[in-house]
Amino acid sequence: MAILVNRESRIICQGITGRNGTFHSLACRDYGSNLVGGVTPGKKGAFVDGIPVFNTVEEAVQETGANVSLIFIPAAHAKDPILEAVDAGIEVIVCITEGIPPLDTASALFTVKEKGRVLVGPNTPGIISPAEKCKVGIMPGYIHSPGPVGVISRSGTLTYEVVDQLTKAGMGQSTCLGLGGDPVVGLSFVDCLRLFRDDPNTEAVVLIGEIGGSAEEQAADFIKAEFQKPVIAYVAGRLAPPGKRMGHAGAIISGGSGTAQGKIKALKDVGVEVVENLTKVGQVVREVLK
Amino acid sequence: MNLHEFQSKRILMEKGVNVPRGTVVYDALEALVAARNLKTDKIVLKAQAHSGGRGKAGGISVLSIDDDVKKVAERILQMTLVTNQTGPQGKPVSALLVEEAPRIDAELYLGVVLDRNHGEVTIMASPAGGMDIETIAREAPEKIFTVKVNPLRGLCPFQARALAYKLTDKNILANQIANAAKALYDIFVGYDCTLAEINPLVVSGETLLALDAKINLDDHALFRRPQMAALRDRSQEDPVELSARLAGLSYIRLEGDIGCMVNGAGLAMATLDLISIHGGSPANFLDVGGGASEQVVADAMNILLDDKRVKVVFINIFGGILRCDVLARGVIKAIKERGLELPVVARIEGTNIDLGRKLFADSGLPIQMMSSLDEAAQLVVAKAKELSGN
Repeated sequence: MAILVNRESRIICQGITGRNGTFHSLACRDYGSNLVGGVTPGKKGAFVDGIPVFNTVEEAVQETGANVSLIFIPAAHAKDPILEAVDAGIEVIVCITEGIPPLDTASALFTVKEKGRVLVGPNTPGIISPAEKCKVGIMPGYIHSPGPVGVISRSGTLTYEVVDQLTKAGMGQSTCLGLGGDPVVGLSFVDCLRLFRDDPNTEAVVLIGEIGGSAEEQAADFIKAEFQKPVIAYVAGRLAPPGKRMGHAGAIISGGSGTAQGKIKALKDVGVEVVENLTKVGQVVREVLK
Repeated sequence: MNLHEFQSKRILMEKGVNVPRGTVVYDALEALVAARNLKTDKIVLKAQAHSGGRGKAGGISVLSIDDDVKKVAERILQMTLVTNQTGPQGKPVSALLVEEAPRIDAELYLGVVLDRNHGEVTIMASPAGGMDIETIAREAPEKIFTVKVNPLRGLCPFQARALAYKLTDKNILANQIANAAKALYDIFVGYDCTLAEINPLVVSGETLLALDAKINLDDHALFRRPQMAALRDRSQEDPVELSARLAGLSYIRLEGDIGCMVNGAGLAMATLDLISIHGGSPANFLDVGGGASEQVVADAMNILLDDKRVKVVFINIFGGILRCDVLARGVIKAIKERGLELPVVARIEGTNIDLGRKLFADSGLPIQMMSSLDEAAQLVVAKAKELSGN
C-alpha cells in the first residue's frame, strides 16, 4: 500500500515529446511506473520509445484508461493542461512546471477542487511509492527504498537529502511527495496527513516545511486533533530575511508571518519531534521508530 | 517586482480612484515649483523608495508653503532610507512626490491579496486604516472585513457594496468605497499582483482619497505584463541580486562571511541553517537551480568570489537533474579563469557523483571534498573563524 499512486496507476505525460517530458517519462518507466501514453497536440500517432502519443487527454484516457497525469508544459501555458486533465477524468494530476502565474494556478485549482480531483504541485518534484515501483515525477529513483515512512515536503532537493538519509539509515518509505514550492498549490500537508493516517503501511511521517504561508501551522492543528502516528519535522529557512523570496515563489516571510521559528513552535507544541540539524533527520526517525 | 507610490497612484487614477493632487519630481528646485503650483497651504513631500516605514525614517515631511520647501526636498532626495524593512544598507530615494496635504476625517484600509491557503483572491477592508494590516490583525482583528472572490464569477457588485457598508452608513462614501474595491480588484487580477493596497484610504469631506498606495507585481507573470515590467526601478534592487537573476540564479544577500552555492531552494535554506547551528554566518543564499548549465554554475561561482566579504566558499549539491559532473566543470571553469584566493569546501552527492569527484581530483585545484554534510558545514565554519581571526 501507499498513497495516491501505486502499481495500478495508469500514467500519461502531458508534454511527453518535449525534452524534459521525454527524459522523465522514460525515467519513470525505467523505475517501474506504468506509463501508458503521452499527450502532445498535433503529434498523434507518434511514439516516444514505444509509448503512444495522443492529441488530447480525452483521447489518451479513452485509449489507455489513464487515471494519473504528469505535466511538463511551460509555465505560461500550464493552466490549460490542468483543466484538460480534469475534464478528461484524470484523478491525480502532478504538475512539475515551475513559475506558473499564481492567479492561473488559483483559477485551475478552483475547478480541480470543484470536481474532487487531486492536484500535486505545481513546482513539485512529484510523488513516488517505492514498494509499488511507481514514480510520477523528477526525483532520482535510486535513493528511495520501500518501507514504513511517509515523506511530505515543500521542497525538491531537500527531500532528496532527507530520503537519502532515511534509506542509508535503513528506513524505507511508503510514499514521498513534494507539495510544490509555489504560493498556491493543490495538495496540502493536511490532505497528505489524512491519507497517511488511513494508510496501514505508513507508520511514521516526516514533514519537511519551509518559510512562507501557514501550511505547517495547519498541519500542527490537524496532528493535534486527529493524527496519532509519530511525526518528525524539519523546517528550513531560519535565517531568511523578511520580504525576500528564498528561491521558491512561496518561500517568503510577509508581514512577520510565515517564519521558521513560528512553524517550529507550532509543531513542537503539538508533540512533533522537530529536528534542527538537517543531517540528523534519518537518525531521529530511526530512534522514533525503534 | 515592486512599484513606487507614485506609479501605483497613477494606475489607481486610471481606474477612477481619487488621489491627492501632486507631481513627481527629481530635484529640489522642481519640488519648490511643484509645491507652489499646487496653490495650497499645506503640502507633503514623500520620498519614493521601495519600503514601508518611510515616515519614521524621515522620508516624509509635511510643510507649509512658507517653509523652506527646497531645503527639505534637497535633504530627502539625498537620503538613503534605512527602515525596518530595508536592512542596514537602506534604499536610495529615487524621486520625490510633492502633494497637497488633504483634510483627513477618517482613515480606512483597502487591500487585495491572494489567499495562499485557499487559492482565492481576497479583498480586505478596515475602518482602522493608517496602521499596517498586520498590526490591525493583531490588535483589532474584528475590524477587518474580507470578501473572497470566486475566480469564475469575479468580484460581484453586491460583494463590493456589502464590504463598503461594513465601513460606512453614508451612501455617498459607500459608493466610492465599493468602486475603489472594484478598481483594486481589477488591478490585482489585471496586472497579476501579489499585493494591491490603499492605506490609508482617507475620507476627506465627502470624497475618498488614496493617500498612500502599494502595488507589488508577481515576477512570474511579468512576461505577460510588459507595460508593468517597464516600470521596474533597478536602483531599488540589490545589484548582485539583479545580475544573479539575469544569469538565471536565485541570490539573496545576507550579512555573514561564508559564500554558499547550493542547488534547490529548500536545501539552500537548510544549508544556511546548518551553518548557523555550527556558529557560522552565511554571506548569501544562492540556489543554482535544477537545470543549471556549466556556464550558470561558473556565473554562480564568480558571484561568490567577487564578494569581498566572503572568506570561505561552501558548495553543497545534491545532484538530481543537475548532474555532479556539470557542477564540477562549471566550478573548475570559473576558478581556472580567475585563480583562487579563498578556501573552497565542497560536499556533492547524487547523479554522476563519481565523475564529479574525479573531475575535481584531476583539476588539481585545492578544493576540499567532504562526504558528510554535517562535517563539511563544521569545517567551513572553522575555516571562516580562523580567517577572521576569532
